[in-house]
Amino acid sequence: MNKPCRMSLVALIALACLVPRVHAQSGPAFLDREAQQKATGEQIFTHICQGCHMADAKGAQGAGTYPALAGNPKLASPQYPMAMVLNGRGAMPPFGRLFSDEQVAGVVNYLRSHFGNHYTDTISAADVKAMRP
Amino acid sequence: MQDHGKPSSTSRRDLLRMIGVAGGGALVYQAMSGLGLAAESTWRAPPKLEGGAKGASVLILGAGLAGLVAAYELSRAGYKVQVLEYNARAGGRNWTLRGGDRYTELGGHTQTCRFDKGLYFNPGPWRIPYHHHGLLDYCKRLGVALEPFVQINGNVYLHRQDAFGGKPQRYREVRSDFQGGIAELLAKATQQGKLDEAVSKEDREILLESLRSWGALDKNFSYAMNNGTSDRRGYAREAGGGPDGKPEFSKPVGLHDVLGSKLWGDLIVADLYEYQPSLMQPVGGMDMIGKAFVREVGSLIRYNAKVTSIVQDEHGVTAHWQDTMSPGSTQQARADWCICTIPLSILSQIPMNVSEPMAAAISAVPYAASAKVGLQFKRRFWEEDDAIYGGVGYTDLPIGMLSYPSHGFGTKKGVLLGSYTFGIDSFEFTALDPDERVRQAVAYGSQIHPQYREEFENGMSVGWHRSPFTLGCFGLWSEEAREKHYADICKIDGRIALAGEHASYLPAWQEGAILSSLSVVERLHARVSAGSKA
Repeated sequence: MNKPCRMSLVALIALACLVPRVHAQSGPAFLDREAQQKATGEQIFTHICQGCHMADAKGAQGAGTYPALAGNPKLASPQYPMAMVLNGRGAMPPFGRLFSDEQVAGVVNYLRSHFGNHYTDTISAADVKAMRP
Repeated sequence: MQDHGKPSSTSRRDLLRMIGVAGGGALVYQAMSGLGLAAESTWRAPPKLEGGAKGASVLILGAGLAGLVAAYELSRAGYKVQVLEYNARAGGRNWTLRGGDRYTELGGHTQTCRFDKGLYFNPGPWRIPYHHHGLLDYCKRLGVALEPFVQINGNVYLHRQDAFGGKPQRYREVRSDFQGGIAELLAKATQQGKLDEAVSKEDREILLESLRSWGALDKNFSYAMNNGTSDRRGYAREAGGGPDGKPEFSKPVGLHDVLGSKLWGDLIVADLYEYQPSLMQPVGGMDMIGKAFVREVGSLIRYNAKVTSIVQDEHGVTAHWQDTMSPGSTQQARADWCICTIPLSILSQIPMNVSEPMAAAISAVPYAASAKVGLQFKRRFWEEDDAIYGGVGYTDLPIGMLSYPSHGFGTKKGVLLGSYTFGIDSFEFTALDPDERVRQAVAYGSQIHPQYREEFENGMSVGWHRSPFTLGCFGLWSEEAREKHYADICKIDGRIALAGEHASYLPAWQEGAILSSLSVVERLHARVSAGSKA
């Protein structure tokens, strides 16, 4: 039997925890695996992003801060939120492994056209693909 | 390297999920943190800070276990110590919720705990491996009473929705049938000479005997329905006394079905170093440890203090902070040295003049998600109906696992850990309002214990990314990030040193916070003793 090297096993396991489990009956509050693969920008926001950025996208403040996505001038360019979703930074975890190019584009486009943001330009899956490391 | 750009193929996904399930949450977070092998605590003895403090002062930021240990050791060694803590209590993630406690999470939802007197729930750490010597030693020195924590219990349920029609299976049955089936298979292969290349003639008979012993095989090397196998997987009818006392054997499940169920994936937890018995817990709640430290150093702690900037100069360190009870005016605390235990998720947002490498390291560690739900029930149906006394069961439902209290056996009510998740499920739990988390935990848990519906009383939930004092559960080091930044996190940068689980190879464990803190305390004391000006 091939003995997998430790690092690759660790990488596999690290990936695994970002992969959802099968829910035969999808509870309304949780995306099942199939739904997760097809999740729209809005679903990704309500199931993941709002855990920190809150349902109204106004962020929160404790000992540290979760930035508001509503009315955030950093969303003026789609590149910034795209990079943050893909790679994370500081307290923000990376989500590039969890979502497809289409989904990353979908959530960025959703953020930039909701919560008082009215940007009309959008990004495509190809834009996301180009930004992946 | 990864096939970015599209979701992984189904088979790859399944494999990854299996690996994830195999370790339960624990293996996953250990692996996520770049710790492929369980690291034993390197603690051996309490620190000896000899030679006095030479009048030096230390400002400690954060009164979690790292900060409390530093305050305790340094004040005993003669240092002038002051501690700033964001919360109105000490302990940090060393935390227990009891009836009457209120918890307001980020986003503003406040939960009031309605547990009955004597019942509790540890939202953070909840079990102590026997090899976490540092933590155990502080429990001993500070008089914190410990009791067994039941991790492994043959009678808990393992559950997958697509296995055995969704019917929860007893751990002991899965374990016995998995092991017995594999032993039988190997015995057959051995007898048929198929392992002759791998096994010498001399070893062959020994191997067969060991397989018989290991798998409860009969004289024909079969894993069959008999006393031997029932003595592992349990009986269809328990042995009794009197004329009707004869037990009935239970029927093993064939290897094909056991393998297909994938329930074997949850058996591995018992083999992991950190979950091998014995494990322990403080009597009365994990926060007994934090409270014990407060008895020693509580007078040094300033609560409700939110640090807004940290500035060092040639002579010392000044922290600016605001009183969260009366925000507006900024106050200052100053000392010769600073031990900063603020989680990196927060520290990365606080202005602090450290070297570029340390600043880069502070911003390089995202914080893992995790969520827990504690549920109070009117009666201990898991004991009364299911004969489950403590232990941890696993499911592929979004709740991840169930843990039964290791204490209070036979009393009326109890609090279950109704969900403990990492990864995607915990992100989703965190994104729900607290009450909805509890409702979901009850709804999913009732698929394993239908008694939930009748017996549920109330619950508490903590999604760690909504914790105002941590903004996440623990520092999620990748191997790459460790390689690049870990050394810089651990350096004493001028007059500032960082401590906490994030500066250890025991991520998320209290032992990591303690060892990290002791390491800093000893190195800082060495500098002071040497008359260093930083």
